[in-house]
Amino acid sequence: MKIKGRVFLLTDKNGDLIKDIDTDQIYHNAYLHITDINEMGKYALGNLEGYENFPELVKENDILIAGHNFGAGSSRQQAVDCFRALKVGAIIAPSFGAIYRRNAINSAFPIIECPGIEEYIEKGLLKHGEQIELDFEDGVILKEDGTTLPCKKPSPVQIDIFKAGGLFEYGKTVSS
Amino acid sequence: MGKTIVEKILSRHTSSEVNPGEIVWIEIDVKSARDFGGPNVVKHYQKHYGDTPVADKNSTFFTFDLVAPPKTRKYAENQAVCREFARKHGIRVYDVDAGIGSHVLMEEGFILPGKTAVGTDSHYNIVGAIGAFGQGMGDVDITFVFKTGKTWFEVPETVKIELKGSYEFPVSAKDLVLRVLKEIKTDFALGKAIEFYGDPVENLPLYERITFLSMVTEMGGIIGFIPFTDRTIDEVKKFTGKEEIEVIYADEDAVYRDVKTIDITGLKSQIAAPPHPHNVHDVDQLKGEKVDAVYIGSCTNGRTEDFHDAYRIIKGKKVHPGTILVIAPATKRVYRELMLDGTLQGFFEAGAVIMNPSCAGCAEGHVGMIGKGEVSLNTSNRNFPGKQGKGKTFLVSPAVAAASAITGKITPPEEVL
Repeated sequence: MKIKGRVFLLTDKNGDLIKDIDTDQIYHNAYLHITDINEMGKYALGNLEGYENFPELVKENDILIAGHNFGAGSSRQQAVDCFRALKVGAIIAPSFGAIYRRNAINSAFPIIECPGIEEYIEKGLLKHGEQIELDFEDGVILKEDGTTLPCKKPSPVQIDIFKAGGLFEYGKTVSS
Repeated sequence: MGKTIVEKILSRHTSSEVNPGEIVWIEIDVKSARDFGGPNVVKHYQKHYGDTPVADKNSTFFTFDLVAPPKTRKYAENQAVCREFARKHGIRVYDVDAGIGSHVLMEEGFILPGKTAVGTDSHYNIVGAIGAFGQGMGDVDITFVFKTGKTWFEVPETVKIELKGSYEFPVSAKDLVLRVLKEIKTDFALGKAIEFYGDPVENLPLYERITFLSMVTEMGGIIGFIPFTDRTIDEVKKFTGKEEIEVIYADEDAVYRDVKTIDITGLKSQIAAPPHPHNVHDVDQLKGEKVDAVYIGSCTNGRTEDFHDAYRIIKGKKVHPGTILVIAPATKRVYRELMLDGTLQGFFEAGAVIMNPSCAGCAEGHVGMIGKGEVSLNTSNRNFPGKQGKGKTFLVSPAVAAASAITGKITPPEEVL
């Protein structure tokens, strides 16, 4: 499966990918009473300094790129669902918070671990706004000029759940 | 090849011996949802499983510990949705009076050493303090576990941290864990299980093991364990109300992904400044900064002895005018103990606001918000920007919190003892 979209970098004022973005910055606890996914998009990254207007800036299929330990913190599913609501294409980071990672996998939302991503950006190989393709199953970024930037391949269970369309559907396919 | 503690517990909950990196299906002994996440679980459940029964109603719970009692219509409705689902399925609700779910389910003897437990609470791994495997999970996961009694899990690698040195009151396990966070940040243990060894942790009483291990979440870890001593075994039996408990130790030839030694000699009171729990300093370095609010409680420092530690500092003194001190016991049991032994009255006389058992100032929607430019000192576990309102949240021990409440500024507890 290939995800085609625009690079959306989450960087600080020095241009470095922001590390340890916590779920309270992704989806603030003030909105945890919301259970309808369609209402969640407007709060995405609303508490991350410099990205308060993210829902207006982001476009469908955008591929978000963030720093180490993206989604640290709470177990709230809304921190994944707010990006699904905005139809974000995928998230790439060197690593994810453990619970966040599971929540994304279980929702069939594509996330890719990419240990080399900071280096790619430092070297100018990936720029904000650039069109790319993400080969999800192989964990590879394909640039328009034909070059490729390798990331980590998703685990087999991540691919299986993704293909099934989420944990509920996947659960039906495995024997009890 | 030997096994680590997490590998042993997971092996007992699946059909075969597990190894790090493997994806396994594990049986979940206890599952719960809170008033955050709970209504989402009900919604998913009804959509995917209709009116069919849960896997095991006797080990499935709701615990309302966040907006407790509810203060807005929406939260009240969300709790009502969970209660109705619980009635229909015969599930027990620990309602708004009970306190913090993870603590309540240990006190009630449901989560026990060697068991597996999951809930919509990222600090559910706190149950590592009693030798159980616990994991916070999102509402999709929890719905699936309610229905099937199991979930997939990637067996984590285990890292080992050996601590050396010693310290004395008013320095505490909170200072110790902040010191460890300062050292390893989220780099060393992200996605790993952690086993802690050495006198500074092995000598900890149970309430301080809870404090210490609750912040494995802030290290990015899956779960942390400290090997039981005879004292721990006695304390865990008393805590859970069980006469016999299972005690699991790592094998001598267990395999660790990495080992780190941290020498804490000379440890002083610590403080984590925004924007991260690992942004840790000696309290001395920040002393004198004005404090507008102090919150003592949370799953990290909400046990009876935590309030005793704070009260040792505050006894006979008054909260500084213009500073708000809020305290919230973790559970009803803690509240009762503090009421019976006079601690609550002491806090009242000192000028504290005494809340019902709950997560209190850890989330918006309950007490303990601060305004722009204000500073709050919390004994909780997170200080990310905006967590508690527009002000700045610092993380400290109960002793530092109490000392600073008295002076109205960040204060090393030695200065007011």
